[in-house]
Amino acid sequence: MAKVTVDGIEVEVANGASVLQACEAAGKEIPRFCYHERLSIAGNCRMCLVEIEKMPKPVASCGQPVGDGMVIKTDTEMVRKARRGVMEFLLVNHPLDCPICDQGGECDLQDEAVGYGRGYSRYDENKRSVGQADWGPLVKTTMTRCIHCTRCIRFSTEVAGVPELGATARGESMQVGTYVEKALSSELSGNIIDLCPVGALTSKPYAYTARPWELKKTDSVDVFDAVGANIRVDARGAEVLRILPRVNDAVNEEWLGDKSRFAVDGLKRRRLDRPWIRENGKLRAASWEEAFAAIADRLKNVPGERIGAIAGDQCDAESMLALKDMMAALGSANIDCRQDGAALDATRREFYLFNTTIAGIEEADALLIIGSNPRREAPVLNARIRKRWLSGGLAVGLIGEEADLTYGFDYIGGGPESLQALGSFADKLRTAKKPMIILGQGALQRDDGAAVLAAAWALAAQYNMLNVDWHGFNVLHTAAARVGALDLGFVPGTGGKNVAAMLGGGVDVLWLLAADEFETSKIGAETFVIYQGHHGDAGAARADVILPGAAYTEKPGTYVNTEGRAQFGFMAVSPPGDAREDWRILRAISAYIGHALPYDDFAQLRAQLIQTNPIFGEIGEVRRLAGSNLEGPVGNAAAIGTAPFINAVHNYYQTDPISRASPTMAACVAAHYGTQAEAAE
Amino acid sequence: MNTQAEPKSFEFDTEAEALVTAAIAHYPMGKQASAVMPLLDIAQRQMARHTGSAWVPRVAMDVIAKRLGMAPIRVYEVATFYLMYNTKPVGKYHLQVCTTTPCWLRGSDDVVAACKSQAGISEFGETSANGLFTMSEVECLGACVNAPILQINDDYFEDMDGVRTEVLLGDLKAGGALPPAGSTAGRSGSAPATGLTALLPTTEPAE
Ligand code: SF4
Ligand code: FES
Ligand code: FES
Repeated sequence: MAKVTVDGIEVEVANGASVLQACEAAGKEIPRFCYHERLSIAGNCRMCLVEIEKMPKPVASCGQPVGDGMVIKTDTEMVRKARRGVMEFLLVNHPLDCPICDQGGECDLQDEAVGYGRGYSRYDENKRSVGQADWGPLVKTTMTRCIHCTRCIRFSTEVAGVPELGATARGESMQVGTYVEKALSSELSGNIIDLCPVGALTSKPYAYTARPWELKKTDSVDVFDAVGANIRVDARGAEVLRILPRVNDAVNEEWLGDKSRFAVDGLKRRRLDRPWIRENGKLRAASWEEAFAAIADRLKNVPGERIGAIAGDQCDAESMLALKDMMAALGSANIDCRQDGAALDATRREFYLFNTTIAGIEEADALLIIGSNPRREAPVLNARIRKRWLSGGLAVGLIGEEADLTYGFDYIGGGPESLQALGSFADKLRTAKKPMIILGQGALQRDDGAAVLAAAWALAAQYNMLNVDWHGFNVLHTAAARVGALDLGFVPGTGGKNVAAMLGGGVDVLWLLAADEFETSKIGAETFVIYQGHHGDAGAARADVILPGAAYTEKPGTYVNTEGRAQFGFMAVSPPGDAREDWRILRAISAYIGHALPYDDFAQLRAQLIQTNPIFGEIGEVRRLAGSNLEGPVGNAAAIGTAPFINAVHNYYQTDPISRASPTMAACVAAHYGTQAEAAE
Repeated sequence: MNTQAEPKSFEFDTEAEALVTAAIAHYPMGKQASAVMPLLDIAQRQMARHTGSAWVPRVAMDVIAKRLGMAPIRVYEVATFYLMYNTKPVGKYHLQVCTTTPCWLRGSDDVVAACKSQAGISEFGETSANGLFTMSEVECLGACVNAPILQINDDYFEDMDGVRTEVLLGDLKAGGALPPAGSTAGRSGSAPATGLTALLPTTEPAE
């Protein structure tokens, strides 16, 4: 520890900390453009100058390590003058186009110019200008505004692990860019918009849409993968305009995947905003009353075991509980949340959780990935693996489809036979102190999924991944709703049917709660389908009655991420048209058919949820389980097949009804996978 | 103007390959990226041998990136930072005229004018119609004592003036080879132009 004095305040900071960090510890704000606590230090903007006693010149505090006994001054005439000088130079070539710049109102340069800029310019030469570059459908560039802080370059090189940005040429001709024109191919590219301290990089789909002060900001949770990134939903009126990440060091740090950030325009398209009823093979708009009557009519005299329900991938726990309770009231045990047929074992929580936790990845020293491409299934989590890998000493092995994961790995093999023959990677696992396994959905969505699960668990046990203070067995989910659904028991009850058994005429009435990710063509021709959801996607196309529900931004709800962390998202806007929050729909129909659910408001429903599983009450928390119970899941590891593992997600940009409805995501698919996606609308 | 198109592919030839291997061997395992500058130079010279234009096309940078295990953008950064790498095709003779103060005081304007008239071009950065000359403006070449300097490809032609520049370029246009580098005013090295003024041979033997 080093003792330093900042403006007369004594603080103790770790050796090796920077002067800037010491100033922050003393509560002094230091202006900065290039420094960012999650990126390497560049020290090139010079805005963070401070005065240090016994040093003749102002010092860039971000790159200066503290020394014991340093006396730092952040607010002297020398400091102010130096920063004013830096600001004047930055503004020499910066266009003064704030009125037409999207960064206006949330621009670091604008903010600092208030403190350190002069009211007029002494520079009357020509300003430098830089041509427009196209970085793909997500990031809009106005490189004339770039102040060469290199944050975007460092982010793409370090965090995203897709080094495509650089600074070419030098001096006044220096340009930040890709050099060869191309669309940024990282799934995390949108984060450079947040990082850019000026308006050089802004959101392309959001261009010229709104000013930050017009927006209503609501804290929520991302539902496009199972990481549960913390987000802020910015809305104006009834329209969600953009999504930004919130900081949560345990989950997403401060990053967000591109789908989670940019699929918002899908919220406005293909929406179900009124009930529909199928008559003579054709859907017609209907009133709630008509829709309820049609359902009640059809349910009459149908025994419980002929009714089934499937929950979708983006559902909140509350609406799933309401559906589960209603099914129970109807006497049905046919409920399932595993649309993809993944052989998840819900008997013990640790069989389906990412037990190491996301932050826990940073402790691991060996990682075996089975049947997963975390870069496409959970880009933010993948960034955490890369972060751990960059810091050295992490051995990664991969079984499944080979891909560029942004870190190095030993490729072991493509199929289950490799589970038994780890080759040289076995030694790395054996010698590791904290080894972990990531089991992807691709390895579980197969006929022998249960066997793979059992085999993976056996591996974990064999390589000492399960012990009192380390749980190295991890299931990486792709659906935001999945863990919550398993936690509240949205799986077939005794004698109940699973998804496969409900299809092909296994039930007479099938309730789909925003469930679109299975082959709806396999639903029996005679089955009466009720689709409750927010988008006109696969499920709605097959439905006999459509009940318009709410998307994740339009309802309050709890989501449990792949680690088992319950998180709460608030309601940002109201559902469109006649659509309603899903739990309200279920509460209303349950009363209509004479099985009124025992909760009249959201608070009562949440209380019921917490009673079902106390996990739902521990918002933001995660229980890190001890891996002391070695007994594995029910599957028979010997029954494993030979087919190679196929990843669950190949098209990162379109995985759910919202992203499939998003023109921005379609543009990404066209830019990155070369094929035009199915046209929106 | 023979602006070459960006070639479709690039491969080091045998001559270059030997140099590449030697350059990479200079650096310890895992630090091969350090060889990026020699490799760019080798590629540029190979292009000069094969096409008569010393430049590094983008495909060559990609080949180098792959060879050294670096991201292509890291190679682009280096290649565009240093002005001695030409990322666009240049003429067979790359006329690099120093116009920094000492050379300018000693008449670099005349050299520039002679280059323009002989090559038939009007701006720095232009290539002559016959593809023979590209003229670039460069900063101090570190040979001010023999100012003004005209660097053609690798060689310094010193003590230039308008007339001598015209003659030199005229010869090249006529198909002549580059004359030996050095002073064009006939002095040896940087010795005074008017003969020695110091360290003269002593007439009186010392007592
Ligand atoms: S584009 Fe933005 S983040 Fe990138 S170097 Fe320029 S100012 Fe910095
Ligand atoms: S923040 Fe210190 S130099 Fe940029
Ligand atoms: S100024 Fe021309 S060589 Fe120095």
